Amino acid sequence: METLLLLLFIFTLAAFLGFELISKVPSQLHTPLMSGSNAISGITIVGAMIATAHIGGEAAKWIGFGALVLATINVVGGYVVTDRMLGMFKKKDK
Amino acid sequence: MRDIAIQIAYIVSAGIFIMGIKMLGSATTARRGNRLSAIGMLLAVIITLFDQGIVSAGIQGYAWIAGGIALGALIGGILAKRVQMTGMPEMVALLNGFGGLASLLVAWAEYATLPALGLIPVSGEMRFTLVVSALTVIVGGITFTGSLVAYLKLSGKMSGRPFLFAGQKAINFVVMLVLAAATVALALALKDYSATAFYTLIGGAFLLGVLGVIPIGGGDMPVVISLLNSLSGVAASFAGFIIGNTVLIVAGCLVGASGLILTVIMCKAMNRTIGNVLFGGFGAAASGSGGAAEQGEMKAVSTEDAYYILEAARSVVVIPGYGMAVAQAQHVVKELGELLENNGAEIRYAIHPVAGRMPGHMNVLLAEADVPYEQLVEMDNINPIMPTVDVAIVIGANDVVNPAAATDPSSPIYGMPIINAHEAKTVFALKRGKGTGFSGLENKLFFMPNTRMIYGDAKATVADLVSQMKG
Repeated sequence: METLLLLLFIFTLAAFLGFELISKVPSQLHTPLMSGSNAISGITIVGAMIATAHIGGEAAKWIGFGALVLATINVVGGYVVTDRMLGMFKKKDK
Repeated sequence: MRDIAIQIAYIVSAGIFIMGIKMLGSATTARRGNRLSAIGMLLAVIITLFDQGIVSAGIQGYAWIAGGIALGALIGGILAKRVQMTGMPEMVALLNGFGGLASLLVAWAEYATLPALGLIPVSGEMRFTLVVSALTVIVGGITFTGSLVAYLKLSGKMSGRPFLFAGQKAINFVVMLVLAAATVALALALKDYSATAFYTLIGGAFLLGVLGVIPIGGGDMPVVISLLNSLSGVAASFAGFIIGNTVLIVAGCLVGASGLILTVIMCKAMNRTIGNVLFGGFGAAASGSGGAAEQGEMKAVSTEDAYYILEAARSVVVIPGYGMAVAQAQHVVKELGELLENNGAEIRYAIHPVAGRMPGHMNVLLAEADVPYEQLVEMDNINPIMPTVDVAIVIGANDVVNPAAATDPSSPIYGMPIINAHEAKTVFALKRGKGTGFSGLENKLFFMPNTRMIYGDAKATVADLVSQMKG
């Protein structure tokens, strides 16, 4: 139960931090910000890794494997897409 | 000892994500921020390889993980490299949907490994895990199918019009009740009904995602994607509670909260509330409800005549919209801009905060075409000088230049800030045909005395103007 409370504590603090992080973002950055944070939400890849290696049965393993593939697509695709978009902005900064 | 090292690495990872998101919010640091956050992700993935459960699964476990990551990285990499800049919005929607489904599957995999119910007493903590599992499935499932519908709408594989039917809200409400009941059933951990409850949760969540997004018009999709992005973060965070993993909880929650704020910012740019976007069925009933029919008629002009006016213009403002993206016209638009500049005109591009299908959509496209950064002007800075502009060229934009938003209280978009294109001395509106746009609204601008319509494909029209300028 104590671990649980600790996790809830972390969750609450992270929520407040998330609210504070974004304040005045120029509208041109809304899309990259959305897609960049979308890549971060692929953090579920960590959970998928643990689920895949689980020794809890064949079904769980395959479900975990599916999660792992999808989460990796989300992570890799998300970062590459965002980088490509931001690369466009960069070019004419010179 | 190893556990402590892993936890510390997770804390570092979370710190990197926080810095990454912060840096993404500013133009000069955004790219570095994104790469930094990718490093944080890599760190989290590598350190997870030392997780007790994974290590004890041995070489076979590692083989499965390596296979899954290799396959996912290949697919993700190809998707991301291949997508055109114009297709970015739907790509983000698709990737986001995958993330939501991944979280749902993590919950499912964990549920599948639970010891058979009835054999052991159900502890309070286990009940908590079951409830969080239900929430993960609900949020992850809604994110998945909702994002898929958004993807289909944005890519044109499905009509962008709001899809409304009688009793829609009632059905949504019933589905929500079923989901709540299934959550309770799951938490009670009844031996015979647990699996049924779990599958009901999956099915109900998928259904609610579809039902939630189909009534929303294509023009509001940016807001929807932003909200679904926030939800996929929440799903990841909940999944973190199931497996007791701190980095999932923190990173997921950060995305959830920052995504929600971003959604609110985007709604404000349209002078709407989230509730209005989600439940308004915006644009569905618009045609005909605008009161009196539009006065006057739309006056067309040929590209030859348009050329003479453009040639004499000293200051030109280009107002791009989604139509420019569809026609892939950004490169010829840039060429036209350069020719006008050489001709002595001052050229600017006025960017409405919600032009296109994603905020910043137009910036990305024009940047791709190498339009100088200084020529991109935000709405608030262009409107005061609009009356001094000789020619405003509206390329595939519609609602964001509709004066009804400022003048007609009965209009559904009344109150939305617009670019005052109608104040320019002459307005050229490039448009595919005479129909109403994505939102289904008549545009008063097109009927104004100083407006001239140029019908046809935007790219062809602009290319035509370019060849005449060169002529």
